[in-house]
Amino acid sequence: MANDKKTPLFDEHVRLNALMAPFAGYSMPIHYGSIIEETKITRAGCAIFDISHMGEIIVNEDPSNCSLDRAITVPVTKMKEGSCKYGFLLNENGTAIDDLIVYRIKNNEWMIVVNASNEIRDYETIKSRLAPSAKIQNISDDSAKFDVQGPASYDVMKKIAGTGLAELKYFTFKKFPLLGEDRIISRTGYTGELGFEVYLDNANAAAFWNEAVKNGAVPAGLGSRDILRSEAGLPLYGDELTEDITPVEAGMEKFIDFEKEFTGKAALLKQIETGVEKKLCGFKIDGRRTPRHSSPILKDGAAIGTVSSGVFSPHLNCGIGMGYVKPQFAEIGTAFEIDLGRGTAAATVTQMPFLKSASIRMTLK
Amino acid sequence: MNVAEGYFYTKEHEWVKIDGKKAKIGITDYAQHKLGDITFCEPPEKGLNVKQFGVITGIESVKAASDIYSPISGKVINTNPDLEDSPGLINSSPYEKGWIAELEITDASETKNLIDAEAYRQYLAGLE
Repeated sequence: MANDKKTPLFDEHVRLNALMAPFAGYSMPIHYGSIIEETKITRAGCAIFDISHMGEIIVNEDPSNCSLDRAITVPVTKMKEGSCKYGFLLNENGTAIDDLIVYRIKNNEWMIVVNASNEIRDYETIKSRLAPSAKIQNISDDSAKFDVQGPASYDVMKKIAGTGLAELKYFTFKKFPLLGEDRIISRTGYTGELGFEVYLDNANAAAFWNEAVKNGAVPAGLGSRDILRSEAGLPLYGDELTEDITPVEAGMEKFIDFEKEFTGKAALLKQIETGVEKKLCGFKIDGRRTPRHSSPILKDGAAIGTVSSGVFSPHLNCGIGMGYVKPQFAEIGTAFEIDLGRGTAAATVTQMPFLKSASIRMTLK
Repeated sequence: MNVAEGYFYTKEHEWVKIDGKKAKIGITDYAQHKLGDITFCEPPEKGLNVKQFGVITGIESVKAASDIYSPISGKVINTNPDLEDSPGLINSSPYEKGWIAELEITDASETKNLIDAEAYRQYLAGLE
């Protein structure tokens, strides 16, 4: 862990007695006492997550002939200023180099938020696809980022950034006065709950964190974040998405605009036409056992797929997971078994999200 | 870390509390802390004969699945029914309400292969 990078909040996490562990080259907080408690707090109240390890890349380019638009699946030139959009950076063969969220900052400026483990590769790949006139900058090491999530997150955030936050609709952002400067706050997150993501420079990170905690946000770590995103049916790069998986196999073609050109498009269209060999499904375990990454999925004793990720859901009181199976077994209601090493557990393919959240699209006042 | 008096311990962080020919077993406060929130404890099969330090059952936490080893040889005569719905009792009360199984002891002299509370405390201090 000695060589791992530290977020600007490292000392604060240690002071709070967090269990720290290496994650994507960083020393990150896994929990501050109980993963299950932090999960429940996020669904019932308000939690704050330090996700400063994630990467931010800024691209400036003339939108009239935009190479960024062709470099990633997100239709960046169609986006409204102040909106966010989820999409992918793909290889020529349509497999995922990363999943990402794009913010249209200005007419000719975008911020691309990427996974920590892929930040350098994403930057280099996007750069190699951009026209010489485009400008690209990796600001990851200079920026801090926090997720304030949960049905009470607006109550906490309005005390810090004002009631203007109520203007934000799901997947939009604006600059709000915060700690003496205008900062980007978006109504996004990865928990399935109402929430805000706050972008700061490293120097102001601790001040914001302490202000949020003082106003009722409870520190939560990456352990609960994994349960929350799983209950919400959201994919994680490295589990549901890898360089061997296409968004079509992951069932995410709905996030792709096939009207425009992008690297990997031809491969995806061909795959849609010929059909996939494996497909992502979500499943519930009959009981409290937890499926784990790489566990074999069986039907009548024969292997039909592999678990991509699994957790114990404290809200459903059972194990839940996602996995890739032969397409005929991905239908809702299909029963199969998961090989858990010490015996098997019965599972049923279930519609995702597993948890229908009440607060993600809440109207704010 | 809480270490209960009058129990015997293994270096794998299980405990055994002996009462005549019967013994209750469980995992220590240190073990539950390391594992994190316990989400499942498989009830050991009643009638199962286990050897000292042999696998008796499995336990799952939010982080991982682990084997539980029996501190002493014997036959499983009881399992903790409360763990079925509330495996978190192992976290909140590792030495009392969170017991895992009750055994009929085969050979009480096997306690010589175990350590007492004081020795376990010293062992934990060496792990820090």
